[in-house]
Formats: sequence, structure tokens, C-alpha cells
Amino acid sequence: MLENLPILSLLIWLPIFGAALIIFVSGQEKLQVTQWLALLTSLATFILSLIAINEFDSSRYYLQFIEDKSWIETLDVRYSLAVDGISLPLIALTSLMTVIVVISSWNNIKLRAAHYLAAFLIMCGLMNGVFAATDSILFYVFWEAMLVPMFLIIGIWGGPNRIYATLKFFIYTFFGSVFLLIALIYLGKQADSFNIFKMHSLLIESDTQMLLFFAFLIAFAIKVPMWPVHTWLPDAHVQAPTGGSVILAAIMLKMGTYGFIRFMMPIVPDASLDMANVMIVLSLIAVAYIGFVALAQNDMKKLIAYSSIAHMGFVTLGLFISFSLLAEKQVDAAIMGVQGALIQMISHGFISGALFLCIGVLYDRMHSRDISDYGGVINRMPQFAMFFMIFAMANAGLPGTSGFVGEFMVILASFQVSFWIAAIGALTLILAAAYTLWMYKRVMFGDVANEKVMGLEDINMRETIVFILLALMVLIFGLWPAPLLDIMAPSVQHFIDCNLVSKLSPEGMCS
Amino acid sequence: MQNQLLAIVLLPLLAALLTGLLGTKLPKAWAHRLTILAVGLSCLMSIDVAIDQLMDHAQPFNQNLYTWAQLGSLSLHVGFLIDDLTATMMAVVTFVSLMVHVYTIGYMKDDPGYQRFFAYISLFTFAMLTLVMSNNFLQLFFGWEAVGLVSYLLIGFWYKKPTAIFANLKAFLVNRVGDFGFLLGIAGVYMVFGTMDYAEVFKQISAGYNDLEIVISDGMVWSATTFLAIGLFIGAMGKSAQVPLHVWLPDSMEGPTPISALIHAATMVTAGVFMVARMSPIFEQSEIALNFILITGATTALFMGFLGVIQNDIKRVVAYSTLSQLGYMVVALGASAYSIAIFHLVTHAFFKALLFLGAGSVIIAMHHEQDMRKMGNLRKYMPWTYGTMLIGSLALIGTPLLSGFYSKDAIIEAVHFSQLGAASYAYICVLIGVFFTALYSFRLFFMVFHTKERMDEHTRSHLKESPAVVWVPLVLLAIPSAIIGYILAPGITSGELFDGSITVLAQHDTVAPIVEHYQHPFSLAISSFSHLPLYLAIAGVATAYFFVVVRPSWSEKLTRLLGPVNPILKNNYYFDKVYIDYVSAGSVGLGHRLWKWIDMAIIDGVMVNGTARLVAGISTHMRKIQSGYLYHYVFVMVFGLLTFLGWLYWRALNG
Repeated sequence: MLENLPILSLLIWLPIFGAALIIFVSGQEKLQVTQWLALLTSLATFILSLIAINEFDSSRYYLQFIEDKSWIETLDVRYSLAVDGISLPLIALTSLMTVIVVISSWNNIKLRAAHYLAAFLIMCGLMNGVFAATDSILFYVFWEAMLVPMFLIIGIWGGPNRIYATLKFFIYTFFGSVFLLIALIYLGKQADSFNIFKMHSLLIESDTQMLLFFAFLIAFAIKVPMWPVHTWLPDAHVQAPTGGSVILAAIMLKMGTYGFIRFMMPIVPDASLDMANVMIVLSLIAVAYIGFVALAQNDMKKLIAYSSIAHMGFVTLGLFISFSLLAEKQVDAAIMGVQGALIQMISHGFISGALFLCIGVLYDRMHSRDISDYGGVINRMPQFAMFFMIFAMANAGLPGTSGFVGEFMVILASFQVSFWIAAIGALTLILAAAYTLWMYKRVMFGDVANEKVMGLEDINMRETIVFILLALMVLIFGLWPAPLLDIMAPSVQHFIDCNLVSKLSPEGMCS
Repeated sequence: MQNQLLAIVLLPLLAALLTGLLGTKLPKAWAHRLTILAVGLSCLMSIDVAIDQLMDHAQPFNQNLYTWAQLGSLSLHVGFLIDDLTATMMAVVTFVSLMVHVYTIGYMKDDPGYQRFFAYISLFTFAMLTLVMSNNFLQLFFGWEAVGLVSYLLIGFWYKKPTAIFANLKAFLVNRVGDFGFLLGIAGVYMVFGTMDYAEVFKQISAGYNDLEIVISDGMVWSATTFLAIGLFIGAMGKSAQVPLHVWLPDSMEGPTPISALIHAATMVTAGVFMVARMSPIFEQSEIALNFILITGATTALFMGFLGVIQNDIKRVVAYSTLSQLGYMVVALGASAYSIAIFHLVTHAFFKALLFLGAGSVIIAMHHEQDMRKMGNLRKYMPWTYGTMLIGSLALIGTPLLSGFYSKDAIIEAVHFSQLGAASYAYICVLIGVFFTALYSFRLFFMVFHTKERMDEHTRSHLKESPAVVWVPLVLLAIPSAIIGYILAPGITSGELFDGSITVLAQHDTVAPIVEHYQHPFSLAISSFSHLPLYLAIAGVATAYFFVVVRPSWSEKLTRLLGPVNPILKNNYYFDKVYIDYVSAGSVGLGHRLWKWIDMAIIDGVMVNGTARLVAGISTHMRKIQSGYLYHYVFVMVFGLLTFLGWLYWRALNG
């Protein structure tokens, strides 16, 4: 039965259908019903993603769960879906984080709660669509559509300065998308098909590669975000409601690096190789420069937003270091770099999501994000303090947490290229510990700072469940990342062997 | 075997998890019963393993438990390597840990965080065991950081105390600076050897491997082995508190005393020494690294000894003493006398844990007063504490027949035989250090237990010996402090102990001359009367006696005599000042400037909002084009389309 199940379509349309249902019944003001509906829908989606992982064949590389239907015939745009070991874990991450957002919003949203939940479910479907699409125009449709619910979430449920933040967010990312569309149309014409994987085997001469490289770079670097196009992220996070921040940090940032993996690196590998050093420098700036900037923040959300940029720096570093490594025929280290980048994407999803939830827990109670308004919270919220400590340590990259795995691999791989790249990357050991634990110290430790802190209540059942789930993920993948790496391994091998080879001549290309 | 090893590691973890997660729901008595049962079993089984390895010379055990990650052809594992070195460490760690567990029942009796404390120290035992039992660099790094985490949690155990939460953050960050080097060292290991397994690395070295080069800058090319050895050692400098990364250890005394004994004296801080000994095949390959180690250790041994003399806080004296003794161990490593470094590590673990717990016992009696100027004549009230502290102090200063004598004398001998360039500097440092060790140890001893009573009336009226849960562990630690040196000395001086786990190149071998002149431990003690160190130690004790007991007023005169040196010593050579005022304030300031000037002014101000203004400006002009006439729009669209098509055509022609 499972063989015939269009599981990817379900992963996309089930949450969207659930959202429609919620909006339909919400008129009757039944908050409980809509909440349960949202929870069931998101849980069902998550279970589907687990089924997909279970059914996934990780013994060798091939596209799986393929669906292919004609869609816009005149343009030869097709509704085609499939996953490999790179996209499937991201789909599972998306589905899990949606469950977590739904639980964490329980009875917590006062204004139009049904629409709030519906927006997240719709977004879940669209993001799964981005990761599952194998037709580039379909990909683009999901990619753009995904902006709309996030735009609404920040614009309706956001903070006082939400209009500025949403506009900045929207214009920044939309600006990038235009270049993506142009590149996709050009490639579609060249390949006679909009299928992404057909584009991978296109021969493209050097100058064109460079133009396409910049088009992709603008589109994806903004999403990651890479320095210097990162300034929309702290503003968006500060204004976004907790759930919005969680999805933004945990999933949406990964769209950018996913774009690098799916489009830029395989389609224009020669230009990417030429530009690898620039990308490595930008990644290192993200790690070091942004690390220092995070140190100077007083707003907790800004601090974690900057920390996100710094941690995403490891993803881009791991990806682009692989070009330099392959140029030196260091295949093993290149695999390590790419695997490290992928693990870091998943791990950062858990950790940044968890940290934004922690700040949400405090914000719900104190209505402040300023570190200076806190102090001694541990006296009132010991259970919360334990979870917050786990996530803070994970953010500081402590071995045994998932935060360590990716960074460790990327630093090891970088060392093969240059001592300096590894050394600047390894600064994160000091910087991430400094900004995260210094924040923890000022917020959590010490004597109770003021009346408001005195009145704090420890986390409730709902919040505890969310934190347990995330803490388990962080610890399991920290202590035993092998299963996740094994799912990715054949796809990464294929990525290294076939996608990163020169597209200037047919020599050495995989059939 | 594997099941036994697993039980040794996992029992403390299990106890920690149970106690930690149940928290205050668990009755206090059960918190210590559970953890003591677990650590006790773990200790018994470790001793069993140690007997197998050390006495029965069992085959070393090297096995992987599970694959942590498979990356291309590199597989990363979690596994155990058990040989005489590991087995010794396991026995020491679990025994001291057990003593500290028992002691804690008395020390933390009324603390609201009772259960949490037991959870932490059990967790520490687990982490330390994973560190010493590892058979690869990945797990080593895990244990390394995990003990750092527990140390952080325990220094900040009293999280309301501002000094405690300052000290724990400082400890973590300074250690991270060391870990920065450590991680790069591990990356170097991967680069040179392509593996993370100890056995594989050592096999390649003994087979004559190809050293690689690391380009630091154009004119600067390092041997990769030197680089990675120094990187690994920088990690050891953080964990084992060597100058200039020593600043966290004195502050770590803000934590409860039992953990000062367990973590910041006996076990965790010696992890760096253990690691270097474990990696002896690597360090043997680089004389630059060995010289560097010698200088660092000698400097720490002497200059931290100076500071021990001027402290008035009883725990700080012992802390500086620990720094100095760690310096001795590191000197031994630099002299390639790895087995002797471990020997001193073991004897030190017992007598220093004893001294800390003894200090803790004094602190309990003094109602948490730690200033020695307010103590005096405590021998009258605390006979057990007095007697055991005396044994500990005598062992520390190297009294013949007691444990410290054998290990410290061996270090001095080894440095004497070392041919490395820095050896003469190190030799002078460790010799002078003997005098200062005796001086600060007996200054403490006389100030606390002799001289007249300087405490207030209230404290005096409550003075009494600590309860049995406190003094029994003292006695149990005093026994090995006295005899362990005598027992292990033959194995060390004959070169047999740790022979299988340590590699020394012939040209560095400083233990060999000692082996040549092998002597029975008893005759060693006799012959020490014809050597300088013993007299230096006696001079130290005499000086302490004179300035503390005979003429206390003269010590102030002496202070005045020191003049400008005084503020330097009082300020810990200004390390803290530089780190806090310049490094850490500078980093925050730098972050602030990058944020305000580049992020906000240039990127947002000029680029982003500037573009927005530009667009706004252009659009006021463009508005004129938006005339509402359809043909205008069509015209623009056609023009745009033609441009695009023209571009494609041009590409086709040129492509």
C-alpha cells in the first residue's frame, strides 16, 4: 500500500488542507477544536515524514518517491516531486518544527489564533514543497509562496515595529528571488526542460556560469543570510512572534543553503570553484565578525539572531571548502565538509528553534527581551534553567550535543586546506561560548533581580513537552549522528562525484 | 571485560541522571545512597581492572563500542583503550571521587541543592572516565569538554553568589581558549594521520610516517607534528591551568570545597598531564614542543609557588599549590619522563585531595570563614583534621618515605638528566620550587593549627572536630598519601610501570639513567640526606616556622622589604587585569563598534536604506512615465523584451 502512496504530495498538501479546514471552522470561535485540528494535522504530517524516512532506501543514490504529472503543458512546467538523502531530513525537520510551534502556541495566541495556526500549517506544506520539488518552476512557486504566510505572521502577530521589519524582510528576499527566476528561465531554455536534475548535466561555458553564479548568489545568500546581506534577519526576528522566529531560524534560513546545494554548486561548479575563496572569506566573516557583534547585544532575540548568522557561516564554509578540497583531490575531507554542513543545517534547526522558544517563554512572562531586565531567573524557574542550559551549551558547540558535530567536521575539513581557515573557524569555540553563556549568566544566574522576576512561574506541561522533544533531538544527534549521516551519505557521495565536476566539457560528467 | 568497563562508566551516569532528574523529589538520603552505591561499585571494578593491568600484566584492551559517524573512508568511534596508564587513572579517579562523595554528606548537609550536587559529582565521574578510557581523539574531546561543563556547573553551584558566577564563566572561557588549540591539534592529527584512533596513529609513528608541513605564512612553515603537538598542549594548558591560562583555577575556589578537591586538584586539572602522557609517541617527535612544555611547566611551578606564599585564604593557598604542582608534572612531561609525571599525578591526587578536604573540614568548623588570619591553634579542637593535614603537608613537601618525596625527587632527577635546551632553566625552577612548596605549605599549617587563637568568641565556642563522614575520608586519603609513593616507586624507578603505554625515544630518555641507578625505595630515602632538595624543603619549613610562629611581626617587615614586587604578586602578575580590562572588554567593544559602524551605519544606513531612498528618488521621476496610457506600458514592455532577446541573441553569437 505504501508504495503507491504519493507521500511527498501528502507532506505538502495535508497541512495545507488542514489549514483550510481550520480557517473554515474557525468562524464558530472554537479555539479548542482548531488547536486540536492543528495539532493532529501537524502530527500526521510529521508521522508521514517519519514513514518516508523509514521507507527511504539509503543503500545507494537515486531519487525516491518520484511523482511526475503534467502541469502547465504549454511551458513544459511539470508537477514533479522527489527526494534524496539531502532533502528528506530537511522535510522531517520542517514537519517536526511545525508540531513544536503548534504545541508552543497552545492557548498562547490571543489574536485570531486559528489563522495563526493555519498560517504555520500552510507554511509547513509550502516549505516541504520547496524541498521536494524537482521542477524548478514548481520550486520557484513554493519558494515565493512561502514568503506570504511568513509576511502575514510577522505583519499581523509581530511586535510594534513589525511593518518596517516585514517590508525589509519581504523586499530583501523578493529582490533576490527575481534574479533566481531569470536564471531559471534561462536554464530552462537551455536544457529544454525545467527539471532541476536535467539542469545539472548542462554544459555551460565559463562566463555564463559566472553570471548565473551571481544570480544564484543574490537569491540564496540573502536567505542564509550571508554577510553583508544579513541585516534583515535581526530586525525580522525581533519583530516576529515566537513561532515565526522558530520557523524562520530553524527552516527558512536553510532554504538558502539548500539552494546552494541544489542549484548553484551543481549547475555552475566552475564559477563556484573560481569564487570559492570569496565564499569562504564571507563565511569566516560570518563566524568571527558576527560572533563579536553578538557579544555586544542586549536584546536576547537579536543576540540569538546574530548567533544564527554565525552558525550558518559553518554551513557555507563546509560547502565551499569542498571545492578547494576537491581541487586538491582530498575526497574524504570534501565529504566531511559537505556532511558537516548538512548536519549543521539540521542541528541549527533544533538549537536555534529551541533558543527562540526559551526566549519566548521568558517574553510571555516578562514582556521584555532586554537582558538587563533579567537576573536570577534560575531561582524562580529551575526546570526552565536546565533546558535553557542544555540549549545554550549546544549553541556553544559542546561535544555530546548536535551543535558540535557539524562544526567539528567543518573545522577538520578546513584544516586540510589552510591552517588559517580552520583557526578563524575555531574561534567559534570561544566566541559562541562567550556570547551564549554570558547571556545565560546575566539572565539566569545571580540573585532575583527585581519584582517581576520574583513573580515568574516555572514552565508548564506544554512548554516542558516541547523542550523535552528538542533536548532529546539535540542530545541524540550529538551522541549518535551516524543514522542521520548514513541517510545522507550516498547522496553526498553522488553530490561530490557528479555534481561538483566541471561543466565546461563533457569529460568526467556522470551520465 | 567489555561489560565490566561499560558498568564502570555507566553506573555513575545512571546515578547522576536519576538523582538529577528526580531532584528534590528524591529524599536527601537516597541522593547520596544512589550515587555512592554507583561510584563505589565503579571504584571496586576499577581497582579490579587496575590489579589486572598493573600486577597481572593483562593484555591491553582496545575495542570500539559503536560507530559515531562514518565519513567516506574515515570512521569515528566511541570505544575503550585500557592499559596500565588508563587503569591507574580509573582507580585514582573513582577512589578520590568515592571519598569526596562520602565527605559531601557532611559538608553539604544543610545545602538546599544537596541532590543537585550529588548528581553533578556523579556526572563528573562519568565524564572523567570517558576521557581517560577513550581510545580515540573524538571521545577524548568529548570527555575533555564534558568535565569542563561539570566544572562550570559546580564552580557556579551557588549561583546567587556574584563571585561564583563570574568565576565559572571565566573558567569555561579560559578553558575554551585552550580548547581552541586542542581542536586545531586534533585537526592536525587528522591531517597527518588520516585517523582519529590512538592505536592507528601510534602505529603509523612507529612505522616511520611522513610528516607534513603547515604553512602559517609565506616565510613560516611548520612541521605538522610540531604544530599539532603544541596545539594539543595548549589544550592541556587550559585544562591543567598552566601559565598564562592558569587564571581560572584560583577563582574556581568559589565552588564548594569537595569539588575543589575532586575536580580542581585531584582529577580534572590533571587531565592535561594525562593527555600528554597518553600522546607520548606524538610529543616525542617534536623537540620544539618538548622545550615549550618544559618552559611552561617550570614557569608555572615556580611563579605560582611564589603566589602561594602571600595568600591568606586557606583554599587559595592550596589552589596555588595545585598550580605549582601541576607545573611539576608538566616539567616531567617536557623532560620526556612521562611515567614520572603520572606518578606525581597519582601521589598528588591523594595528598592534594586530602589537603583540600582538610581545609574544608577547617572551614566547616570555622563557620565558613576562610581567612587564615582569623584561625590559629585549631589542633586543640580538631585532632583528626590536624593529624591528616600534617601527613598531607609532609607528603606534599617531599618528606622521605612519604609519597610526594618519591615522585617529586624523580622529577627533579629527570629534569637534571634532560638534554633539551630549556632543561637547565627548568631544573633551577623546580629546585627553588621545593623551598617555596615547603614554605607555603607550612605557613598554612602553622597559621591554622598552631599560633594563638585569632577567631572571634562566637566561633571559638563552637569549634569542634568535624563529623565522622568528614574525617573518615581524610584518614582514608591519608593512608595512600603516606604509602603510595613507597609502593609505586620500584615500578617507576625500574622503568617497568607504564612501559607499555608510553613511548620515549632513546635520545630523550631521562628515566633510563634513573633505572641504571636503581635503588630500593628505602635506600632512596636514606640517600636523599645527601641531596639538596631535602635541605631546601627543611629550609622552607624552618622559614615558615620562624615567620609565622616565632616572629610573626617580621613578615610585615619582609613585605615592606619586597617593595615594588609586592603589588605584582598581589595582582597575580597582572594577568587578570590584562584579560579583563583589555581582552574581554576589548572584545565587547569591538563587537559594539562593528555593529554600530558597519552593520548599522554602512550596511543598513548606506546600502539598504540608501537603496530604498534611491528607488524613492527615481520613482518620483518615473511616476511621470506612469501616464496611464496603455501604449506607454506596451512600449516599455516591448522595449524590455527586445533588450532581453537581443542579449540572448548576442550570447548565442558569441557563445
